[in-house]
Amino acid sequence: MSTTAKVPVPVTEDDIAESARRGALKAPIVLGIVTMLLSLLVGMKGREGDTSFRFAEPTDFFEIPEITVPSSPSLTLIVILLALCTVASAFLVSRGRRTPLWLVGLFAVLALTGFLCWAAAGETIPVIGLIGGSIALAVPLVFGALGGVLGERAGVVNIAIDGQLLFGAFAAAVFGTILGSPWGGLVAAMCAGALVALVLGFFAITYFVDQVIVGVVLNVLVIGLTSFLFVQLLAKDTEGLNSPVHFEEISIPGLAKIPVIGPVLFQQTMLVYIMYVAVFAVAWALYRTRWGLRVRAVGEHPKAADTVGIKVIRTRYTTLLIAGLIAGAGGATYTLVSVPQFGEELTDGAGYIALAAVIFGRWDPVRATLAALLFGFTKNLAGVLSVIGSPVPSQFMLMLPYVVTIIAVAGLVGRSRAPAADGIPYRKG
Amino acid sequence: MRRKKRGEVPENPETPIEEPAEAPVDEAPKEPSPWRGVLREIAAGNAAVAFLSVLLAVVVGSLMILITDENVRNAAGYVGSRPSDFFNAVGTSITDAYTALFQGAIYNGEVDTFERRIRPLTESLKFSGPLILAGLGVGVAFRAGLFNIGGRGQMLLAGAAAGWVAVSVDLPRILHLPLAILAGAAAGAVWAGLAGLLKARTGAHEVIVTIMLNYVGYYLVFYALSQQSWLQAPGSGNPKSEPMPESALLPKVLGDQFNLHFGFVLALVAVAVVWWLLNKSALGFRFRAVGENPDAAQASGIDVGRTYTIVMVIAGTLVGLAGVNQVLGTVPGGVTQDLDAGIGFDAITVALLGRSRPLGILAAGLLFGALKAGGFAMAAREGIPVEIVLVVQSLIVLFIAAPPLVRALFRLPKQEVTA
Repeated sequence: MSTTAKVPVPVTEDDIAESARRGALKAPIVLGIVTMLLSLLVGMKGREGDTSFRFAEPTDFFEIPEITVPSSPSLTLIVILLALCTVASAFLVSRGRRTPLWLVGLFAVLALTGFLCWAAAGETIPVIGLIGGSIALAVPLVFGALGGVLGERAGVVNIAIDGQLLFGAFAAAVFGTILGSPWGGLVAAMCAGALVALVLGFFAITYFVDQVIVGVVLNVLVIGLTSFLFVQLLAKDTEGLNSPVHFEEISIPGLAKIPVIGPVLFQQTMLVYIMYVAVFAVAWALYRTRWGLRVRAVGEHPKAADTVGIKVIRTRYTTLLIAGLIAGAGGATYTLVSVPQFGEELTDGAGYIALAAVIFGRWDPVRATLAALLFGFTKNLAGVLSVIGSPVPSQFMLMLPYVVTIIAVAGLVGRSRAPAADGIPYRKG
Repeated sequence: MRRKKRGEVPENPETPIEEPAEAPVDEAPKEPSPWRGVLREIAAGNAAVAFLSVLLAVVVGSLMILITDENVRNAAGYVGSRPSDFFNAVGTSITDAYTALFQGAIYNGEVDTFERRIRPLTESLKFSGPLILAGLGVGVAFRAGLFNIGGRGQMLLAGAAAGWVAVSVDLPRILHLPLAILAGAAAGAVWAGLAGLLKARTGAHEVIVTIMLNYVGYYLVFYALSQQSWLQAPGSGNPKSEPMPESALLPKVLGDQFNLHFGFVLALVAVAVVWWLLNKSALGFRFRAVGENPDAAQASGIDVGRTYTIVMVIAGTLVGLAGVNQVLGTVPGGVTQDLDAGIGFDAITVALLGRSRPLGILAAGLLFGALKAGGFAMAAREGIPVEIVLVVQSLIVLFIAAPPLVRALFRLPKQEVTA
């Protein structure tokens, strides 16, 4: 069935123009809906009081004053601006052009500010905590998404990201305790991630098993394995097996004192700095090195790659193993930074979110990272707002990251194209 | 070469789909289709491979039980001086575990009356009901090339809707029960249909949307359970509804001494309906055609977007019935936000093991139901964590999916591939 030839469909220029127009129309529609929702807030549930945004930390070189705005008038102003953005987008589309990304970005920032003005009326929003916390929450997702991007670029669908994160977290907890060093835990976590990748490769590459099957099943297997070992061994000896030494927060001298950016980006744990390097390294390796070209060739057209002498199977294995090392490091974030010790099903399906970030980011390392950060941000926003107390019931705040992802995927990303040979086992001959 | 859709399960050559007319071959010379060979191999040697796969998984499970068993580890410490102790410990540990598993899942000869002896079997059937229903929901979507990871959200919404009708409407049984079931099925259909509709209209990837809808559904149900005006039991502070009234409960099949309720019968009916739908109806043909090759299906006049929506609605209905099964049958004590009990995800393994065929899903559901019932018995009597069942289940699926591996491990002759 892999030989089913494409049936030629007569495609006219009108068809192409028509589908392009329909695709472009989505942006103004989504912007319009969001604007309407926010204007409903103004009309139905306007709130009294002022909203303050705090940008400064006492250690900064200089202090940015707190900005305080009256809640209701600011929201009204922002809704008007949002409406203007929507009109601009609709105008561009009617002229046959696409909505530029900067306009969408501007719209998103405005909409968010408006929402914050409304939700935190009478309160102060710690902007630094809001953004810094988002990065911390996004770390495992970013690592997982990078691993996913690498694997899929080489043509191996990796649904087992969740398994790699969970196994990494488990290994980091156990070895971080036994070796008494977070670095030992990190190395163990990376090896655990690579081990899952190896099993995935063994079944998917060597034995041609459907990659989705292997991925899903590996996730279940890792959940079963880690939970079993947790109950049987870890829970009985917390002191000796499940009290990992954590990574400390490190401020980078100088850089950490830059207002806003400093505390957000440069007062984090080692794993966050490793993440910066990893994002850069993966993007660079994939697009700027010979190895990356080979990986992409293998993922797009393995037969052609094979013809010019690239070893398809070996390339897929090595890429998958590197991806596993990266995803495993993401798992270490849980037990070496965020939580004191390992618990059953600790990752709570984060690997699936990372998978969503891969697709959302259109199989590109930088965009996938941004998608993961967006997810971390909405999640942290929900947390911050439920702490300062917002008029929205907490369950709806907690729902926010997932709703935002659906809106973003349906409204702005739409049809995404995977690498051509993604998910197809390669057989020589 | 056609891109293999994410989430598609390898076709079994027993029921080939009429392939759309092939275009003049201008692509590379036709390969001898490597897939055909592998698949025929799977089909040909099914029984032996399936048996050995289960065996292999059980062996690995036993090793895990042994390694973590304290008596075995202690005896291993002096295995050089008194090996008999070690082997006794190994023997006892394994025998006890599997005796408990068997007695918890199939037949317990140690109790006095016949009814109590076969009770474990009815428990296994009870557990397999929702697994089969949800497995069908995932499997139907697989056949159309869609991966429905949203079982959890669909079950939660369905369970909450059925529970809401059960506790807030007062009707005679003959109306109450069907209405509650209907409400649940409809809620599941809407929740999954949303993913199908978004895929059809905007191209949003169903994997992302169904995963996200799991979480959204979870928090929605959580919200409903924390509001007195919705589902929360009056005067309670816990996120839990009132117990289900008698008139909305699924009746017991074998009388009150067994827990087996009509949810299992519902599952059997669903297997028959889905079998007819997929193999005998025009709609089912469209599902399979879209699953095989959406471009070709579109070209031959099938509305692919519409098909995606319809298949997700049907999938959601089936998964929704699994949620109803839980709320009105297995756990009638009230709706909680954990009512799905992991079945939404287990359903994926059930569908994979059953190769997305209704009868295969029935068999896989029965097997996993028995493992679940037995696993609980093993946990209660031997203190072996119930998660061992997850390990064994996933290993079975892995091994069954890789027959060449199993053949190599057991040095079976390679199957003759008659091309």
